Amino acid sequence: MMLEARGLDVLLGDYQVLWGARLSVAAGEIVALLGPNGSGKSTLMNTISGLLRPQAGQILFQGRPIAGLPAHRIVGEGLSHVLERRRLFPFLSVRQNVLLGAYSPAARATRDDQLDWVSDLFPVIRQRADQLAHTLSGGEQQMVAIARGLMARPRLLMVDEPFLGLAPRVVDQLTEVIRAINRGGVTVLLIEQNVERALALAHRGYVLESGRTVLEGRSEDLLRSAEVRRVFLGG
Amino acid sequence: MEIVNFAHGEFLMLAMYVAFFAWLLARLDPVVSFPLAALVLAGLGWATYHGIIRWVLGGPMLAQIFATFGLAVFLRSAAQFLWGVDFRVVSAPLLGGRASLGGVFVGLPQLTASVAALGAFVALHLFLARSETGLALQATAQDRQAAALMGIDTERMFALGWAIGAGCVGVAGALLTMFFYVFPDVGAAFALLAYVTVALGGFGNVPATLLAGVIVGLVEALAGLLIAPALKYAVVFLLYLGVVLWRPQGLFGRF
Ligand SMILES: Nc1ncnc2c1ncn2[C@@H]1O[C@H](COP(=O)(O)OP(=O)(O)OP(=O)(O)O)[C@@H](O)[C@H]1O
Ligand SMILES: [Mg+2]
Repeated sequence: MMLEARGLDVLLGDYQVLWGARLSVAAGEIVALLGPNGSGKSTLMNTISGLLRPQAGQILFQGRPIAGLPAHRIVGEGLSHVLERRRLFPFLSVRQNVLLGAYSPAARATRDDQLDWVSDLFPVIRQRADQLAHTLSGGEQQMVAIARGLMARPRLLMVDEPFLGLAPRVVDQLTEVIRAINRGGVTVLLIEQNVERALALAHRGYVLESGRTVLEGRSEDLLRSAEVRRVFLGG
Repeated sequence: MEIVNFAHGEFLMLAMYVAFFAWLLARLDPVVSFPLAALVLAGLGWATYHGIIRWVLGGPMLAQIFATFGLAVFLRSAAQFLWGVDFRVVSAPLLGGRASLGGVFVGLPQLTASVAALGAFVALHLFLARSETGLALQATAQDRQAAALMGIDTERMFALGWAIGAGCVGVAGALLTMFFYVFPDVGAAFALLAYVTVALGGFGNVPATLLAGVIVGLVEALAGLLIAPALKYAVVFLLYLGVVLWRPQGLFGRF
């Protein structure tokens, strides 16, 4: 397994969000993390990338324990996290944003090659290189955010709700790019609200409900599962 | 970053004492000793971040305000205790007298201080905009979590930000002793002007602060000349009030 998280308890303030959540991702997969609003999907991803510390539980990345390491150390291990709502540096240029993605020493050596690669994936980077990030459209911002995440040369790319608020045409375009990134050898874990859309893209999925991992399975099985319908439609 | 240092004036006061004692004990003129003051203050800024700021950053707003406010009171009292309340002067500085700039006479110390301040501004701006570390610092100020996910050690950046900020105060304070006396409360008036200038320009924007500084200086001088010297700060603060009522983020502010 490339990523293995088990028994994660996470508190935000006094409020426990995750209750023994677990999830694993094998090399080469695209895995979808599903769940209703507030079920703890982002919290789980933030814990894996080191923004939050779990109260209990283990996280192994390529066999090495990373739970409790600070976020800036985890990127260097080959794990990139694209935050919910893009979170570009609003007053830096597109180019500066993308280059900062290769800030960690491991990625800096090959920064120019990475830049060429992501600029071919997302032409917007060349077209808008000197524009301030906050002046881009939502779709453009999402592309720059993913490009910035790829600059770290990740083995695993985690993306939190990449399609949020985007036009259907842009969603299709991004879906294709994510497939291409995956074919290029990058494992992908993504959060997405729309079950059908997520499972059409992913090989496998996990369903989180109230901070617990309640379901997992191959995409085609989950799509047919009555339990998935119960979680999402409350039926 | 994310927090206003209410001990800024006291940092200035300490920088002035550093320059004063460098002159008193080693006969070093402020134009020579200002790098020393910058270094000492940078160290103080770094220590303040690690000793105080990082412990209150995530905490309640009031804790954040009173932490540096408390530091200010402490530093002022310590200065009074250690060095007394007397006004001290660096007499016979290397640069005295006046220079004529196209018929306008300017005090040489003031001129030197302005040039040095401009130099510090340019250096800071270039550092922030051009260097790898400067960009990381800006990124950290704009989105701390996203910066950490880039591999930036944001704790280090915060400490560096405090060191650089205090180091600049070190330069300013040392040069100020060429034409201003040193005493424990000296920081108060300057700090207020500094807040007004920074808030007028907009927090987190170096060129805007420079421009706001020029505006404040001009308004102060003109008000002193045209209205009454005693009212010059009143006019500056009125201008400030007007601007923040119209644009709370400052003239060129983003936040
Ligand atoms: N800073 C915080 N302090 C306390 N509770 C929080 C905080 N942030 C989030 N929560 C709560 O934690 C729970 C999980 O939040 P999280 O953002 O992980 O959910 P999510 O599954 O990503 O939801 P969404 O689909 O809306 O993005 C929610 O109930 C939320 O209200
Ligand atoms: Mg979320």
